[in-house]
Amino acid sequence: MAMQFYASPEQIMRDRSELARKGIARGRSAVVLSYAGGVLFVAENLSSTLHKVSEIYDRIGFAAVGRYNEFENLRRAGVRMADLNGLSYDRRDVTGLALANAYAQTLGAIFTEQSKPFEVEICVAEVGATPEDDSLYRVTYDGSVNDEPGRMAMGGQAEAISGVLKNEHRPEMSLSEAVRAAMKALSSVGGEGGAARTIAANQLEVAVLDRRRVGRTFRRVTGAALTALLDGDAEADTAPAPGRAKTPTVPTEEAKKPTTSAGSADLEGNAEDKPAE
Amino acid sequence: MFTNAGTSSFTAFLSKVAPEMLPGRRPLPPGMAADMAPHATTIVAISAAGGVVMAGDRRATMGNLIAQRDIEKVHPADAYSLVGIAGTAGIGIELMRLFQVELEHYEKIEGAMLSLDGKANRLASMIRGNLGAAMQGLAVVPLFAGFDLAASDPARAGRIFSFDVTGGPYEETGYDAIGSGSLFAKSALKKRFRTGLSVEDATRLAVEALYDAADDDTATGGPDLTRRIYPVVMTATAEGTHRLTDAETAAIAESVVAGRMENPGG
Repeated sequence: MAMQFYASPEQIMRDRSELARKGIARGRSAVVLSYAGGVLFVAENLSSTLHKVSEIYDRIGFAAVGRYNEFENLRRAGVRMADLNGLSYDRRDVTGLALANAYAQTLGAIFTEQSKPFEVEICVAEVGATPEDDSLYRVTYDGSVNDEPGRMAMGGQAEAISGVLKNEHRPEMSLSEAVRAAMKALSSVGGEGGAARTIAANQLEVAVLDRRRVGRTFRRVTGAALTALLDGDAEADTAPAPGRAKTPTVPTEEAKKPTTSAGSADLEGNAEDKPAE
Repeated sequence: MFTNAGTSSFTAFLSKVAPEMLPGRRPLPPGMAADMAPHATTIVAISAAGGVVMAGDRRATMGNLIAQRDIEKVHPADAYSLVGIAGTAGIGIELMRLFQVELEHYEKIEGAMLSLDGKANRLASMIRGNLGAAMQGLAVVPLFAGFDLAASDPARAGRIFSFDVTGGPYEETGYDAIGSGSLFAKSALKKRFRTGLSVEDATRLAVEALYDAADDDTATGGPDLTRRIYPVVMTATAEGTHRLTDAETAAIAESVVAGRMENPGG
């Protein structure tokens, strides 16, 4: 019979934490921050198809760093939970807090019960009516949740990136200012001898939750629109994001009946307030 | 439960974790149930140059009674497609809600939209799941139309699919109608439809066809000028789906009614 060596629970947890922290620190980083027009996600990502940032629901986005297969699994679970709750109740009843709690439960259970913890750190962001109403939740590998003050960084050398971000970030900044602040923070580490470096636009994954929109607010910013933002083109701030065109009409009166449709407000065209465009 | 079901389909996920939320999974007592729930009636769809138009009247009936005067039976399925429902209203609305979530869910999980044919097939399989209830009189038959982003010619990108209660999807050329007044709506469209209509002309034609349906079918409601209840008209074009405002449909409906004052046959 194989000899079972005793290991204290404390030691086991420490080993697991170390494994998870090392795994996360190896990866490229991501930052999430509030700006005047919404919530911005910027991740350093060499792939244009394997996303680190994605849509969960109307006003909720997801960003993650670490092992792709593990956070992709969590992302899918989040979409399923949000869609199930939105169908059972109403689209307005799907909240970032509920999702962050569910992730915390899942990650906490995996951390204590399984032999290998998930090597991931995730951010659940919900865009509000103003930057003060935005909520950013950081959920870590062991299931702890933190409510972040309008900005956060995850991944390798997150503390150094956070430091730069803290100096640069203001809640009332424009989209192009926010993108450049995020870019400055991400590129402040990882150069020769810990110096700053440059990151090409095609190595960035950028997306926003656009505060002004009704219904599904998540938009990816890619290609020419992204280059314009990085160049500080002021017009790029107001240009509509590529993808679905804005709903062309203004509703004449607000909906008074209970919801019969599970479609988001931007599709149904009966939203109470339209974006100021 | 959310992490284990490895599928991109929301209905497949529901069938594992919450099968009671799927219509067609509920045991029904034997016997006909056709007259116990409101019925949604007529929907028309017309393909136009650069898109498709779908319109539905606002009436739901229960036997000889009007159950609801202002029901909305035409909805966007996603950013580029429309779905209209006829048949048992409650199950139809549930199916339409589920279909909306199904399409959005796939788009979010996979990061890409389903093809228009994929959406039609998905809807077909959802109707098939309701076959048992349909045989007891609780049938739902939707009409599905959309702008096909993969079409080589944008002028022909507006496509229409109809279904039978067993789920068979049939692509229609030009126009189609479903529901109790569909016979009259289709007869009207047969004489008036031309290929290559503009979206504006097709919109007017759709309202005319609904008027003709309401003229001969008691279960279809015409434009209600006294209560200001007008048909729901939606379009799907390269710009996405769009619902005409009440003011726009009111203008069209009033002009159709004014035309019929002079010539009741249209």
